[in-house]
Amino acid sequence: MVADAKKTATEERLATLTLPAGGGWLGKAREDALGRLRAVGMPGRRDEYWRYTDPTALVQADPAPAAPSETGDPWAGVETIVITIDGDAITLPDMLPPGLEIGTLAQAGEADIHWARDIYGVLEAAGSRPISRPLAMLNTAYAAAGLVIRATGKVATPVHIRTTGSGDPLHHHVVRVESGAEITILKSGTAGARANTVTEVDVADGGTCHHFRIQGPDHGRHVNTHLFARLGAESLLKSFTLSANGQLTRNEAVIELTGDNGAAHVACAAFGRGDFHHDDTVWVTHDAEHCESRQVFKKVLRDGATGVFQGKILVKDGAQKTDGYQISQSLLLDEDSVFLAKPELEIYADDVACSHGSTTGAIDDTALFYLRSRGVPEKDATDLLVLSFLAESLEEIGDDGLREHVSERLADWLRDA
Amino acid sequence: MLEIKNLHVKLEDEDKQILKGVDLSVEAGKVHAIMGPNGSGKSTLSYVLSGRDGYEVVEGEAFLDGEDILEMEPEERAAAGLFLAFQYPVEIPGVGNMTFLRTAVNAQRKARGLEEMSAGDFLKVIRAKAKDLKIDADMLKRPVNVGFSGGEKKRNEILQMAMLEPRMCILDETDSGLDVDAMKLVSEGVNALRDAGRAFLVITHYQRLLDHIQPDVVHIMADGRIVKSGGPELALEVEKNGYGDILGEVA
Repeated sequence: MVADAKKTATEERLATLTLPAGGGWLGKAREDALGRLRAVGMPGRRDEYWRYTDPTALVQADPAPAAPSETGDPWAGVETIVITIDGDAITLPDMLPPGLEIGTLAQAGEADIHWARDIYGVLEAAGSRPISRPLAMLNTAYAAAGLVIRATGKVATPVHIRTTGSGDPLHHHVVRVESGAEITILKSGTAGARANTVTEVDVADGGTCHHFRIQGPDHGRHVNTHLFARLGAESLLKSFTLSANGQLTRNEAVIELTGDNGAAHVACAAFGRGDFHHDDTVWVTHDAEHCESRQVFKKVLRDGATGVFQGKILVKDGAQKTDGYQISQSLLLDEDSVFLAKPELEIYADDVACSHGSTTGAIDDTALFYLRSRGVPEKDATDLLVLSFLAESLEEIGDDGLREHVSERLADWLRDA
Repeated sequence: MLEIKNLHVKLEDEDKQILKGVDLSVEAGKVHAIMGPNGSGKSTLSYVLSGRDGYEVVEGEAFLDGEDILEMEPEERAAAGLFLAFQYPVEIPGVGNMTFLRTAVNAQRKARGLEEMSAGDFLKVIRAKAKDLKIDADMLKRPVNVGFSGGEKKRNEILQMAMLEPRMCILDETDSGLDVDAMKLVSEGVNALRDAGRAFLVITHYQRLLDHIQPDVVHIMADGRIVKSGGPELALEVEKNGYGDILGEVA
């Protein structure tokens, strides 16, 4: 039963939206998601997974007035295949390397048969059990813009999805990595005052997907993202997010390891001050043997900023030899900031190794003194220790060049923070 | 160069007096050693001089080249030419040794109104100095002191000293945790830095370090005071008879 208040909130939000035109498989997927959304209603403060983050700004009919200020392309300097999405207008690259197909969601919806139909809304629906993810359902139903990206071989150059705009966009991307294929997807940009982005990633046996995202230092943004991933045997997903600033960010990752020997690494380095609320909500399901998963989440908070981590490792019956690791840590630079962590393990197999930990701490005085005694001023010394604290999460970026790049952006932004 | 007058220091958080009137004068070009039993206040003296939190100066003064350093921030003391080689060098994961050193060198250059050192120049200088201390490229790349052996950590301290070129070097029990070969290597590094414009304050429990780094003056510290000063022969006396005799003699 959906409470009346929720029903009202849901209908008020839906009244501001129009289902994109077009029937076919995509139209059906949208109708299906809308039905699922109406059955659960929009998230409320009393929902178990929204207790630490007030969803009002993400749910209310009108986006909060915000002024995202663009700070330039954080991936500048890295050779990429760029796709720009300005509001809902997509500009695809002229030329693509072999082994890579990119189209728009609208194009895919027009085809009677398209590979994306087995993924669009499908991974989202699977990821909404047992915990409903209504903002993702809303996205599946109404997203007007999106990309369908398929890798059939090893794509050496990263694909960069760059969003700009100032509205209230819903974007939905579908990625398919075929057996033995490999792709790196980079994301950047302020999609709008309020952005709701869903990315569904299906990695076939032996495929590899890198997903690296930079949420830049523009302050006014309210962001809600979902990453849904289904991983086949011997596949690898590495996802890393750098969040610098942002009034409200909720990044959800829902990953299912469905084939033996798969690996999923998901990490985030976040830092912000003052009116900053950053929430990572992660759910990794092990449903096959010999899989490995890592969750590495680090937040640096100051001037009353709030960090939230809700991370779960679910090991299903039969998922023997699972190797699960989860760490969530916060570095509080003053006494006004808050870190709320809810680590969860749920294990139904008897031969597994799962470790998890969560810490909240301050800057190490001895280390700070050590650096200052070498002549490094207090602010710079603190920045170095912040970098040191965040380093473990950056390690999840396997590529040395990209990791170095992210590390430099991070250092630049810290210097100005 | 370093002038300490009647220095009284207590712990900030508790009513415990550690230094009870230290007088010490270290001249440029000289090596002074401070020896003393555990708890005599040797390490506290090094921390108070370099500006570590947690201590309160109750009375007395300390000057470096005529400048009162006790009011300065640790980084200002470093820029003024003071260096402390730590007894327990700190591990800093995720920050490359080279990055750390370059940040430190350039911060000090900036504080002294000098231009920053370019990456290329820095690399040239550090490679040469690292080679003398048998520090390989891998150790320079690794995170600061992470996974370093005791000897590697101490060599890394001396490398920092060599790069920062301080005028007043304080070595806090640099010999602790070193085997004979490592002690020799570290001492050679220190001796290479000895010159007319630079002074050293070597804090140690044992005389053996002073076989390698030969002091001009030896002080014995006990219960927060320097109770006896003399030449290198004083260290030999301690080695032979322990502190008991000397402390009994001054008591």
